[in-house]
Amino acid sequence: MSRKFISGNDAVAEGVRLARPHVISAYPITPQTIVVERLSDFCEDGSLNAIYMHVESEHSALAAAMGVSSVGARAFTATSSQGLLYMAENLPYASGARMPIVMMNANRALATPWNIYGDQMDSMFMLNSGWIQVYVEDAQEALDMMIQSYKIAEDPKVLTPFMVNLDGFVLTHTYEVVEIPEQDKVDAYLPPLKLTENVMTLEKPMSLCITAGNNYNMEFKIKQNEEMIESIDVIKSVDASFAEAFGRKYHGLLETINCEDAEVVLITTGSITGTSRMILKELRAQGKKVGLLKLRYLRPFPTEALTEALKHIKVIGVVDKNISFGYEGTIFTNVNSAILQAGLTPKVHNFICGLGGRDVTKDNIREMYEAMLSTAEGNAGEIIQYMNVRCAL
Amino acid sequence: MVKLNGKNLTNDELFYGHKACGGCGESLAVRLAMKILGERTFASLPAGCMSAVSFIYPNMAFKTNAIITPFASTGAVAAGVAAGLKALGIENTHSVGFAGDGGTADIGLQALSGAIDRGDNIIYFCNDNEAYMNTGIQKSGLTPFGTKTTTSPAGKNLPGSVTMKKNMFEIVAAHDIAYAATASVGYLEDFMMKVQKAKEVKGTSYIHILAPCPTGWGTATEITIALAKEAVDCGLWYLAEYENGAFKLNKNPKEFSPIENYVKQQGRFKHLKEEDIKTLEAHRDYKWHKMRQNWQV
Repeated sequence: MSRKFISGNDAVAEGVRLARPHVISAYPITPQTIVVERLSDFCEDGSLNAIYMHVESEHSALAAAMGVSSVGARAFTATSSQGLLYMAENLPYASGARMPIVMMNANRALATPWNIYGDQMDSMFMLNSGWIQVYVEDAQEALDMMIQSYKIAEDPKVLTPFMVNLDGFVLTHTYEVVEIPEQDKVDAYLPPLKLTENVMTLEKPMSLCITAGNNYNMEFKIKQNEEMIESIDVIKSVDASFAEAFGRKYHGLLETINCEDAEVVLITTGSITGTSRMILKELRAQGKKVGLLKLRYLRPFPTEALTEALKHIKVIGVVDKNISFGYEGTIFTNVNSAILQAGLTPKVHNFICGLGGRDVTKDNIREMYEAMLSTAEGNAGEIIQYMNVRCAL
Repeated sequence: MVKLNGKNLTNDELFYGHKACGGCGESLAVRLAMKILGERTFASLPAGCMSAVSFIYPNMAFKTNAIITPFASTGAVAAGVAAGLKALGIENTHSVGFAGDGGTADIGLQALSGAIDRGDNIIYFCNDNEAYMNTGIQKSGLTPFGTKTTTSPAGKNLPGSVTMKKNMFEIVAAHDIAYAATASVGYLEDFMMKVQKAKEVKGTSYIHILAPCPTGWGTATEITIALAKEAVDCGLWYLAEYENGAFKLNKNPKEFSPIENYVKQQGRFKHLKEEDIKTLEAHRDYKWHKMRQNWQV
């Protein structure tokens, strides 16, 4: 094991190198570019024995990865924002074909207005694409998830493509000390891909990505959904075995901090969790009954674990770096449905922030907790609140 | 290279039991190409007639490995298949794309260009029936002038399609591709020879084959082959190759058969006026003048 002071993008590239994909097909887009630059370097210097395909678009990046995966080879691609939307039609294509492709997505705003900075509008578009979605908090988790993601995606019970999301710039371009696992340990943890289903081989020729009309289509889709939900168990066990092998654990699909005796809980994804951990500590020192829930996976959605952690909570606040125009933050919608299914009746807030890379400051997190605590005391506050905005609302 | 013909071609069928229309030229091209390419072929087909008629669960028409690709992605998926096979050390295989005219010259052009640029080891077939037939006969970039389609109606104001036919063969050749050829299901021995050649090529090869569609062309099912031959004989299509950086005309008719005879057999051209046929003739003569002047004959 070695330690390196590297960016989130570098950490992704290091993790991908350790996972030994056969083929990388990618198209450059800010703020993902450093990932594909590093991987190109690794292919050139021979430290990664992979074919680097210079595809002419993101659409072809994922299409080529599908070709790679269709013959049982390990594929990697990376994108962001407009690039993710440009490859959009290929996402459900790959998931319907049950191809264990791994993609890194640098969360970035969508045009227009043009903006290269971080928010989650891009990946929220893809919640319904049939891909597993994880959101990482720091560079170390980014590296570790590149290894875990292949292990989960390639599990015969899962066979589902996997998207690892990093906040644009805040994670992709921030330097941190990252532990790089040893190759032989990763090789032992993540053996070479051996697909036995949905794969084209000379021994057993197959037709893939077939047509299924109204007689069969619904069964295909339901099976896909059921198996995505069942992947929750695989995600948990892979995280546990990763902890055994490498000494770092991420608590499965979500992590709870001080939720047991809390009255109010803030739900975060990605890098905002780091800031929230500091504020949580501060408020706890003041005797406030506050908790934090880091939601790692949005698909599959951890309904059971989430509602179990929240069953005694008076006020829940959901942080969304996205808006579903004409409604509210997307994670808020998802959380509300889970709460309702579990018969919970907390008060809820949706804190919309960070759009187009707007800072989410420590003060903003404090304001979120204050709003929740005020609601817990019986005061009426706006359910949906925009944080750190200049315009009058 | 053994010259293939109807007698020495294998009786094994690798593309069989599909649901294409009677007289379909495109399915004939795929069937013959697969016979020549053999069992170690991985076929990539985008949205289009051939994928629509041959992957209907649970009945699969390809005996070999085959995959439906997103519409725009024939070149990219076939290239990914080739890269995956190479990375796994699986040798002596062919990664092949079979796309239609729209899937090639319109929506799939970018991915095809990328594959040729990289020199990916794939064989790409453009099965050209001159319109989007699978969706119900709409105009594509390879629909000739004067064609009546459901999106290029012929009426008081328009003669059907008003564009000429996109010059795919030369667009592909301009990439300095390893091997490219045009063909017609009317000249099958020529086509089979070209498939054999493409099979041996290291790098990307492209075969553009004209394949009549009785449903979309408004023609009798039994004249598909004769019509595909006549398209070449009247000069509206041509048989050519591009290899080692040079163009070569494989067939140079001394005299063209009349375009009028070719078009009058087809419902899609029924409305053409004399002046429209003159436009087709003028374009043909211009094209052939350039080819004869600049290409090996």
